[in-house]
Amino acid sequence: MPDHKPSKSKIEESPIAEVFEGRHPSAAEKDWAENVLAPALEKSPERPIGAPTGTNLDEDGHARFTTISGVPVRRLYTSADLPEDWSYEKYLGYPGQPPFTRGIHATGYRGKMFTMRQFSGFASPEETNQRYKYLLKSGGSGLSVAFDLPTLMGYDSDHPASEGEVGKCGVAIDSLEDVEILFGGIDLEKTTVSMTINSPASVLWAMYLVVAENQGADWQKISGTIQNDILKEYIAQKEYIYPPAASMRLVIDTFEFGSKFTPRFNTISISGYHIREAGSTALQELAFTLYDGVEYVEWAQRRGLDVDEFGPRLSFFFNAHNDFFEEIAKYRAARKVWYRVMKERFRAKNERSTLLRFHTQTAGVSLPAQQPLNNIARVAIQAMGAVLGGTQSLHTDAYDEALALPTEDAARIALRTQQIIAYESGVTQTTDPLGGSYFLENLTLKLEEGAADYFEKLDAMGGMVKAIERGYPQKEIAEASYQYQRAVEAKEKIIVGVNDFSVDEDPHHILYIDDTVERHQTAKLKALRGRRSNDEVQRRLDALKAAAAKDPGGVNSGDISGSNTMPYLIEAVRAYATVGEICAALREVYGTYTEVSVT
Amino acid sequence: MLVFVEEFGHQDCVSFVPENAFLRVPSCPLWLNRSWMPEEKIRVLVAKPGLDGHDRGAKVIARALRDAGMEVIYTGLRQTPEMIVNAALQEDVHVIGLSILSGAHNAIVPRVLDLLKKNKMDDVLVVLGGIIPNQDIENLKHSGVAAIFLPGTAMDEIVQFIRANVKPRGVPTSS
Repeated sequence: MPDHKPSKSKIEESPIAEVFEGRHPSAAEKDWAENVLAPALEKSPERPIGAPTGTNLDEDGHARFTTISGVPVRRLYTSADLPEDWSYEKYLGYPGQPPFTRGIHATGYRGKMFTMRQFSGFASPEETNQRYKYLLKSGGSGLSVAFDLPTLMGYDSDHPASEGEVGKCGVAIDSLEDVEILFGGIDLEKTTVSMTINSPASVLWAMYLVVAENQGADWQKISGTIQNDILKEYIAQKEYIYPPAASMRLVIDTFEFGSKFTPRFNTISISGYHIREAGSTALQELAFTLYDGVEYVEWAQRRGLDVDEFGPRLSFFFNAHNDFFEEIAKYRAARKVWYRVMKERFRAKNERSTLLRFHTQTAGVSLPAQQPLNNIARVAIQAMGAVLGGTQSLHTDAYDEALALPTEDAARIALRTQQIIAYESGVTQTTDPLGGSYFLENLTLKLEEGAADYFEKLDAMGGMVKAIERGYPQKEIAEASYQYQRAVEAKEKIIVGVNDFSVDEDPHHILYIDDTVERHQTAKLKALRGRRSNDEVQRRLDALKAAAAKDPGGVNSGDISGSNTMPYLIEAVRAYATVGEICAALREVYGTYTEVSVT
Repeated sequence: MLVFVEEFGHQDCVSFVPENAFLRVPSCPLWLNRSWMPEEKIRVLVAKPGLDGHDRGAKVIARALRDAGMEVIYTGLRQTPEMIVNAALQEDVHVIGLSILSGAHNAIVPRVLDLLKKNKMDDVLVVLGGIIPNQDIENLKHSGVAAIFLPGTAMDEIVQFIRANVKPRGVPTSS
């Protein structure tokens, strides 16, 4: 008897099978696959990539084509890769209109160019002030403060834990005096300032508000952003001080204070940047960041705040990595998902609450130390992705990022890269110019779906704080990061100048920061403590501790809670209490956090 | 038997411990480790000193060394030199891998090396990874750091370096 087992059809066995798998190609596409693609593949097969030790291999041991996040990529996208009920109106909509796929402004960048905001800070406030003036003179349109590690961790420059770290990763700030120096000669009513500060965010913001007030600036008019995103610290960046609940309370204090007194200031920048830098995929960056947003809204609502009061002040911060289309899809998906979260989950009525406004920074993690000038090209591609994704503001990394803080030359080239994109490339003339690309729309939809899956998991865990305490996002990121590193080592992912195309090279000139900053700051602190009224400082710190220990409770719309810490912080910084003293006072009340270590 | 390498190499070894305890990453079976004396696994302390929390590199390396058959202890964040050397002593490690990206290496690394000397642990191989300016590399090597791995270094290069340079216990070193 002959074997009647049905034989596989010719197409299933052939290299063009993927054209038919899980999609419904048109007659014309089928015809193309059979008569053009199949012969082409027979004549010259596609190039194999990677090594047999790789992470994502087909049956022949060759790496599959994937995005940098490991998402499989097809060789060609057509209308067969869009949902069957696809229509422009249903899935995309118009710029400035829900669900904001194509951007939040009806006129794209014609109305308002993205803000060129270079993250900068090093050594002493005096030296950083000079760099700020240089950046503003060179055409930068906003400032972004990088603080050193002791400031980020709430220690003064003379604390033992600060040894060797003062002024190294950013500017050292100890007291109001340093913030006065930092912004000396810079008009804070006219310049928007972003501050990358998290655990001690409200302390530094209080200092900023006092300096602005002393300059004669109106709090109702000043604008800028404090990062203030503590959740991503527990997830990725790890600059936390207090336990999650206490930290969340301090964050909600700033929401409450800001919505009443500083209506144009963003009191948070919910950040995916650091999640991505810790090695996450694009999808994890998207999903964890937006879910952090959900957590903040829920905590604020529990305080009694109206979502439409603080919703418009929530801003976001994403990474711009190497995979051009995946990144653009990520920004587009983010706008759609956030719109739905605010509209459907939180019933926001004010359309401004549903707009996802975001800052972007190119991916520091993608910049190797080898052949650093190549990083100029990487940064340009990444920045172009962010602009095509509709970012509101942008930081481009300097090419020497993996070597040290940028030299003045490297910082200038980074800014010039943005200016070339804005004024020479032509991409800013048309809104969402890649909208409608089959590939891009397919990626955008996949990211939305992937985010929905993560949202479901995080909801089931009881929210982000609970998930963090279980180590869930940390574990997901560590796994992705390791898989990526293996893909690099197997040459599935090529990094030019690192795992291919390498050369011997001479050392590059870098910005070198020595330990004179530590001595300078320590001397200033000593003088300050001798000059100020230490009794007054102690009284202010005691009042702060008393407020911090009280449950802020619910408030009526428009009021702020009697134990909101912001007014007490402002009084403490006016008395020249230092960052370290204030954070030590809050440590006494809240204790400190130690993480679950995941490798 | 080496057909099982892949399976064992990729086992899920995620563990949860408080920051102030040490995380012991289980390693692969002994026989995977071919160039080292088969009866003794290379024991590595991966440490993250200073205030910085950028731990992607430290964690990736911890897993890579484990997958290469070494026994890895990851300290978690914000370890002082004293804590690191104390852990190295307690855990009787052959290698200490320090990850520093913040620029604090000149304050931290010499203290670790001094403490090792004081505890007669000069035979412990100390390697450093992170963002280290060129002008500091020679000094650090001169004071006893065996190798400095900058961003972009392949995991395999680090594994090979450790295998080639680690000093066996109880055997006098030539230097």
